[in-house]
Amino acid sequence: MSLQIEASQAERDVSVDLTVAAGETLAVLGPNGAGKSTVLGMLAGLIRPDRGRATLGDEVLFDLPGAWLPPHRRGVALLAQDALLFPHLTVRANVAFGPRATGASRAEAASRADEWLRRTGTRAFADRRPSELSGGQAQRVAVARALAAEPSLLLLDEPLSALDVSVAAEVRGTLADVLTGRTTVLVTHDALDAYLLADRVAVMHDGRVVEEGPTRQVLERPRHPFTAELSGLTLLRGVRTAEGLRTDDGMQVRAGDAVAPAVGSPALAAVRPSAVRLVAPDDVAARSADASIPATVTALEPQADLVRVRTDRLDALVPPAVVADLRLHLGARVALHVPADAVTLYPA
Amino acid sequence: MIAGARLGVPRWILVVAAVGALFVLLPLVAMALRVDWAHFVPLITSPSSVDALLLSLRTSLVATAGCLVLGIPMAIVLARVPFAGQRVVRAIVLLPLVLPPVVGGLALLALYGRRGLLGGALDVAFSTPAVVIAQTFVALPFLVLSLEGALRSAGERYEAVAATLGARPSAVLFRVTLPLVLPAVVSGAILSFARALGEFGATLTFAGSLQGVTRTLPLEIYLQRETDPDAAVALSLVLVAVAIAVVAVAHGAGERVQPWRARRRSAISTARTAA
Repeated sequence: MSLQIEASQAERDVSVDLTVAAGETLAVLGPNGAGKSTVLGMLAGLIRPDRGRATLGDEVLFDLPGAWLPPHRRGVALLAQDALLFPHLTVRANVAFGPRATGASRAEAASRADEWLRRTGTRAFADRRPSELSGGQAQRVAVARALAAEPSLLLLDEPLSALDVSVAAEVRGTLADVLTGRTTVLVTHDALDAYLLADRVAVMHDGRVVEEGPTRQVLERPRHPFTAELSGLTLLRGVRTAEGLRTDDGMQVRAGDAVAPAVGSPALAAVRPSAVRLVAPDDVAARSADASIPATVTALEPQADLVRVRTDRLDALVPPAVVADLRLHLGARVALHVPADAVTLYPA
Repeated sequence: MIAGARLGVPRWILVVAAVGALFVLLPLVAMALRVDWAHFVPLITSPSSVDALLLSLRTSLVATAGCLVLGIPMAIVLARVPFAGQRVVRAIVLLPLVLPPVVGGLALLALYGRRGLLGGALDVAFSTPAVVIAQTFVALPFLVLSLEGALRSAGERYEAVAATLGARPSAVLFRVTLPLVLPAVVSGAILSFARALGEFGATLTFAGSLQGVTRTLPLEIYLQRETDPDAAVALSLVLVAVAIAVVAVAHGAGERVQPWRARRRSAISTARTAA
């Protein structure tokens, strides 16, 4: 069933307009406090917008001021960061909760529960208490519970962020299996979730949707700095030149295959930090075909086994050894070498 | 390791705490020493004693049921429904807790008595129902107070999940909310029962003291004290035994009605040890 929402809430300063086609997964990306969870709350019926309208298929979820469908009559299941399995019920009874609540007989609910436990690979835990499950097991049971309710719309609120990295991959696999063909809104701040689970993404910032489109297009050709930040890219804004792009403050980068706009027209460039090379500012031997861009280090952020070196120009993602060799510190001067294949150029 | 054990508390605190414990314990020991054990059984099985004990148990159980029926909805409204003047309402609900019981009895008389506000339409004064009303009146705040606190700390997250799974509000209440706060319901009910069992002032004022009708065990003890001090002491010991049993059950209630809590706690401590 297709979903449409156009609503605003003054207290949280959230105002959105989103559409999800039937069977499609939309990822809502954005930093903390961007209003992503508020949107889910509105759809689930747990947060009441001041005004607006949402429809799911033919059903009007709300049309405010005026119509308001309570949560239990919406057919909208919500899966949160924590599994929130009912601690007083067995795993099977948890999954059977939705079917029972909507009128299925005891036997029918139990068989539906077993079917979903099987599909999420948790059948073996059916008779356990939630307190006897690991985080990943509990979250997979929560997926089963949400889907056993046969919702018309599934809402996922950072479903993997409370899990260890290895466990998250496993649960992500389970989700990828069950989301196919199911109308879903997935809130996340992880670009990987969007890549693997979503057909389209909407990027929120300060309570507004600032960018929306097919996942790859939005994440690989970001139009806003925070979208670039989410996918780990550095966004440059400037004018198309014969070789690449010149930013407003005069920095030049070369771009590879230039399918981008005509020379002289406004353009954007997304730069992959992992391809940017850092050298000492006076290192003549290191000079190459790439232009050498002088820069000043503004931050050093560990990222897995690499370090993101933020400068006043571009970010570079380098091994810790480079940071040590160049004796990088806040305010240190460096030279950036940007190979053409690290730059994607597209119209502004 | 407990933080307090490592840091240590001042020695004098231990001394004062021990004095406090003796302050509570010694009077009870003194009373137990005065019991005429040779005649203990005949003393507590006299017709008037048995009448009083049975009446006390009967009325206290009904009063506890009354507290549950009225108190659970009150606690839910106070914990879940925001409304103007909520603090005032809570203060009023808790009033019987701080009111002298005699005053409570007079107030009940002023409403339900023959010449009360209800004009004798519900003339229950000086009857067994009056005992139950008096006990419910004084015991209700115990249930409301403990349940409201439990509801607040349990939060609404499980209830929200249940609603999105299609459960209507009543189903959420009976299948999620109440099971989650069951320990508080049980311990609140036990406290209410204990308070009802010990009720004296409001009962005497509002219900009087008729053997087998309104003379509960505390009233019987007070009466016997004049005529047969040995019987009064023996009956007192029975009440002490009942009270100790109630406290023990109330302490164990949380663990027993909610075994998954205990298990989870042990899982957490295991994880901590491993870490």
